[in-house]
Amino acid sequence: MVAITSPNFKANAKVALHDPNLQQALTHVRANFITRRAAAAAAMPEFEALRDSSRDIKNHTLANLDLYLEAYEEKVTESGGVVHYAETGEQARDIILAICRKAGARTATKGKTMIGEEIELNEHLEAGGVEPIETDLGEYIIQLRHEPPSHIIAPAVHLTQKQVEDDFRRAHTHLDPTRDLSDARELLAEARGILRQRFLEADVGITGANFLIAETGTSIIVTNEGNGDLTQILPKVHIVLASIEKVVPTLEDVSQILRVLARSATGQDMSTYTTFSTGPRRKDDPDGPEEYHVVLLDNGRSEMLGSQFQDMLRCIRCAACLNHCPVYQEVGGHAYGWVYPGPMGAVLTPKLIGIDKAGNLPNASTFCGRCEAVCPMRIPLPGMMRHWREREYERHLQPATYRWGLGLWAFFAKRPALYQRATGIAMRVLGNLGHRKGRFRALPLAGGWTQYRDLPAPAGQTFQEMWRDRQRASAGAKL
Amino acid sequence: MSNGIERATEKDTRPHVGLFVTCLVDLFRPTVGFAAVKLIEESGCRVSVPEAQTCCGQPAYNSGDRKDTRAIAEQTIAAFEPYDYVVAPSGSCGGMLKSHYPKLFAGDKAWSERATAFSAKVFELMSFLVDVRGMTHVDTAFAGSVTYHDSCSGLRELGVRNQPRQLLKTVEGLKLVELKDADVCCGFGGTFCVKYPDISNAIVERKTTAITESGADTLLAGDLGCLMNMAGKLQREGKTVKTRHVAEVLAGMADEPAIGESKR
Repeated sequence: MVAITSPNFKANAKVALHDPNLQQALTHVRANFITRRAAAAAAMPEFEALRDSSRDIKNHTLANLDLYLEAYEEKVTESGGVVHYAETGEQARDIILAICRKAGARTATKGKTMIGEEIELNEHLEAGGVEPIETDLGEYIIQLRHEPPSHIIAPAVHLTQKQVEDDFRRAHTHLDPTRDLSDARELLAEARGILRQRFLEADVGITGANFLIAETGTSIIVTNEGNGDLTQILPKVHIVLASIEKVVPTLEDVSQILRVLARSATGQDMSTYTTFSTGPRRKDDPDGPEEYHVVLLDNGRSEMLGSQFQDMLRCIRCAACLNHCPVYQEVGGHAYGWVYPGPMGAVLTPKLIGIDKAGNLPNASTFCGRCEAVCPMRIPLPGMMRHWREREYERHLQPATYRWGLGLWAFFAKRPALYQRATGIAMRVLGNLGHRKGRFRALPLAGGWTQYRDLPAPAGQTFQEMWRDRQRASAGAKL
Repeated sequence: MSNGIERATEKDTRPHVGLFVTCLVDLFRPTVGFAAVKLIEESGCRVSVPEAQTCCGQPAYNSGDRKDTRAIAEQTIAAFEPYDYVVAPSGSCGGMLKSHYPKLFAGDKAWSERATAFSAKVFELMSFLVDVRGMTHVDTAFAGSVTYHDSCSGLRELGVRNQPRQLLKTVEGLKLVELKDADVCCGFGGTFCVKYPDISNAIVERKTTAITESGADTLLAGDLGCLMNMAGKLQREGKTVKTRHVAEVLAGMADEPAIGESKR
């Protein structure tokens, strides 16, 4: 079970800031993801226009989601597959376990699925006697470590290569302990060797989906390792686990969105593998599963339709918002305390686990707007974080001292004459106190600021006072 | 010194600018306000400072308090309706007035229209001087090398990027050095810096490292909040880099002590 530690965000963040391995690992996010995305976007003249049309495609789909879901289901059924609707995570887990049991499955390989994390699928499969085997390299590593992913496309981005080497030595005890694992390629080769056998043994393959195409009943996965392909082709049964907003109308639509997805995510023109699956193996197909199931999860998403949070359903999980977020860059994904970190998580998590638990997430943003500036789907992430703060305010969830301070400030801010008298006095006092040094190293009630930085002292007289004095002097001189 | 009242009586035909001082400039650094007045006048406008202004309302807005935000917005809009333009020496407050005020009145037709009309005449100072008034140079000097931090709201909400650089390049004796990751947040974020001091500190540390590495002896930006954050951190670290609002340098008012410095 993924423990929710979002209420402890501050403490989590403090630990993260002082974790040397994490800080070293995060340099990769700061450097590579950002420069690669920028280069990919700059190299494509129509990139901004594609962002607009991708946004429009998703908006159109969401406005007609019921119709497209029905059309999608019809096509999946036509191609010999089965669509299962799950309103809750629990229902989705039960449906998947039932399919596994019916197939007599002992092991299930898994391609990377964030929805699987959201519904705690691995824990449920294990409890039900089915061993889940993560096959995405990053997911495989964190499964060995019993950790949740820290990034939505690079689940083990919080780890250094040395940590992975140590994990492999600890887990793969049947291999020569003196083997050389100093190179990333050797780590990859070792994981590949171990997973190959598991691929062949698996009875069920479970993948997520980046997109579902209503026109054809196709599910699409976008990967760089190819393990997702083996997960869905080799076992007898392929289960696609996807949330309802993943549907897009046509092949043409999806090919537009794919052009912004990889560029925004990793800076690639296309991911190495973009794999389309439509139904089970047909008579003349050389390979493919005998059964093809799609589990469509709602888990609160239909409630977001028509709400202030509908735009979030455009998200294609590229992680550009995480990569460009100054807060994520400092604390990494685990500090956020649940499945989805960074700006997209700050909007989605409160919906999924409740604002009472996830209140820190939409607050831990400087509103620098870089997430919105790079979001390929132009999701107004800061605006929606603010909406969550409004819900918090309405429900009195913020600390009483904060609300009290805010209320006092607002009382004055709404009364200009009083405000100017009060601030005039306050600034005179502060200005006198800080006059000699020009700044404060410590000040009562300003500890949040002065803990780490000096506070510049005010001039002592406000602009308004000085302006009025000058106006009077000038008028006097005129007479 | 020129002033609005005097000119108004002489049938002044110049555009009339209402200066939105911003609360931080008003309380902490009036020099920035006077620098703004000087620059706006140099661009061929007359300036007034409406007394019924306090703060743009962001502390309430970003804390989820829509009711107080709206009350403050109504007060600000009403105070500035008589003017041709509203100019703020801050991208953050300017962005609030221009981009966010209209969103506060959805469903209220009368106020919606007033907010939209108000929004159309709001400008951040640098953008006003260059984009609206066509200012191409300033007639002043500054001896030294400066680097410039792009404050987030000005950059991403209002498109303020080239305007300050364009004017800075015309300051005699000034050498402009680009700052690495100049478009990355400094970690201020309004109440963020006191709600999440540890994270804010990590972000501003990265910024002060880049500032020091730039080799410039003065740091400039267009937002006093960011400037106080970076100045406070530089000073805590014992760095000698001076910090000023860009308007001070452009207006030739850099003889005042830098942010966080004393007169002596």
